[in-house]
Amino acid sequence: MTRMTAPDISSPRPPSQIARRFKRVASVVLALFATFLGLLLVTFIIGRVVPIDPVLAVIGERASQAQYEAAREALGLDKPMWQQFGIYVWNALQGDLGQSLLTRRPVAEDIARVFPATLELATIATIFGILAGIPAGVLAATRPGSWIDQLVRLIGLMGYSMPVFWLGLMGLLLFYGMLGWVGGPGRLDAVHEMMFELEVRRVTGMILIDTALAGQWEMFRNAVSHIILPAGVLGYYSMAYISRMTRSFMMNELSQEYITTARVKGMPEWRVVWVHALKNVMVPLITVIALSYANLLEGSVLTETVFAWPGLGLYITNALFSADMPAVLGGTVVVGLVFVGLNMFSDVLYRLVDPRAK
Amino acid sequence: MTTLTEWLRDPSPSSRAQARLGQLWLGWLRFRRNPMAMLGATIVVLLLLMAAFAPWVAPYDPITQNLAERLKPPMTGGHLMGTDEFGRDIFSRIVWGSRVTLYIVVLVAVTAPVFGMLIGTVAGYAGGWVDQVLMRITDIFLAFPKLILALALVAVLGPGIENAVLAIALTSWPPYARVARAETLTVRNSDYIAAVQLQGAGPVRIILGHVMPMCLSSVIIRVTLDMAGVILTAAGLGFLGLGAQPPMAEWGMMISSGRKFLFEQWWVATMPGLAIFIVSLGFNLLGDGLRDVLDPRSAGK
Repeated sequence: MTRMTAPDISSPRPPSQIARRFKRVASVVLALFATFLGLLLVTFIIGRVVPIDPVLAVIGERASQAQYEAAREALGLDKPMWQQFGIYVWNALQGDLGQSLLTRRPVAEDIARVFPATLELATIATIFGILAGIPAGVLAATRPGSWIDQLVRLIGLMGYSMPVFWLGLMGLLLFYGMLGWVGGPGRLDAVHEMMFELEVRRVTGMILIDTALAGQWEMFRNAVSHIILPAGVLGYYSMAYISRMTRSFMMNELSQEYITTARVKGMPEWRVVWVHALKNVMVPLITVIALSYANLLEGSVLTETVFAWPGLGLYITNALFSADMPAVLGGTVVVGLVFVGLNMFSDVLYRLVDPRAK
Repeated sequence: MTTLTEWLRDPSPSSRAQARLGQLWLGWLRFRRNPMAMLGATIVVLLLLMAAFAPWVAPYDPITQNLAERLKPPMTGGHLMGTDEFGRDIFSRIVWGSRVTLYIVVLVAVTAPVFGMLIGTVAGYAGGWVDQVLMRITDIFLAFPKLILALALVAVLGPGIENAVLAIALTSWPPYARVARAETLTVRNSDYIAAVQLQGAGPVRIILGHVMPMCLSSVIIRVTLDMAGVILTAAGLGFLGLGAQPPMAEWGMMISSGRKFLFEQWWVATMPGLAIFIVSLGFNLLGDGLRDVLDPRSAGK
């Protein structure tokens, strides 16, 4: 007969638990690295299958055989495939994604230049999505079957069914062409565009922050009028997703016993819903928000084309049409990496915030 | 009719076919109670009819140009939705475009789920390192945003409708593999599989004949729910000029050609977008309805 010993609460965490936590972090890092290698392998294969001769693309059609061989050697294309892949991975790890054929600059540098514009757009869109999506989802969950629930469902379904580029065009037609409430395509009006190059120092690459830092409030207002429509269009999709998930999490939470207890105690209903239940719903919602943020990167390719927004999406499509494969593949790797990173981030955050997650 | 429904509702069916049809009938009854799902089914059926009878539904030829009639607004000169920059009737082009959309949807729906199911069931049934390797590959494909990977693939393969289908199929199989693997894991150790094994069936036979059918219903639900996504991706590729090539009538491409006239001739870009919207909505509603019928776990929601 062994006597049960009470767990010692005062002592710090047993080492086995720290080890387990370390192991978990290590496995996440390892998985991230493996996925990164996989991403590079896929783009490497795509890059080798492409019918464009990378050597000719660099030296032009009229080079001599000797020049061709020299360029081929310089690009490392005479080495065996596995070695080429090794070099590719090694370079990518050092931030070298090759040179763009179109701009003649390193792809990584190009992407660093255009990425803030996409980030700015996606961030504002996500903020719209959160501000509209969470209250809509909560309202729908507290009154299931009511007209408000139906409306939220309908708005969400429409978001899943509309092509983002079409919604963008319709937005331009209505709010820019007919009503004149917002600025048109691009990040600024043509007048401000020239002033911007001259007078605003590039600090973050995000136009709202940079113009504010430079104290150019006229330009700032113009930039706001330009970003509001594309961000609203993307935000609509993020809202559709967030409201749907909020509703289902909230429905689940509201059927828990602690909610009944709180109601029986006589706690006001708004407090039960917006404080007690919502607090617990926020944990899984973090994952949802991170996912929707990642999805916006994808939506940005088409949105940026419609709105002539000089971000990563437009960079990739432009590169595509000039057969600039290093730029296309470099952009693909970066988007994939951000995608994976956000997924991992939400996963880790989820585990940190929710003690129940094991 | 009464005898037929009685036969379908027979609590002790005399044959396997009768039992199956009876189950289908009950499913249909449940499905019919859901007005949104019925609306979705109606839209999809109308799309099928429109595509099948395109030559009779469309009043004009979708490709022949008629420059005298260019950019006519809707409801004028016998053009229900107006004409585009080459004087082609937009309604007729939308009707013929439904064939292109269906072609893409059907090809993707036939290839990607089958491939995904194969990967998923093999991974789930075999377990061990086979499972590890196959699932890592699946994860890598899941790590790419669909449209971007499809873009990169089309950039390599060259623009065109077949390549767009290939690119979409190559980017959309991983979720099916995940679903099929999860289903396989739940049935792998069940008694009926053990019974088949004892009868001497090999792994190929077990996977194809006894595991895959169990995954079918959840995969079918996913396929219907994904159809809208496939339509949107295809339209996106078309919009960027990487899908179907002119003069073929494809909805995404039609929107992109209407961009130039957006502020003066709004209908050129608006009408095909409405078609995409309605059809995707139809598939979404149908998918939701099917999920409620086929998947009892979510029926109450």
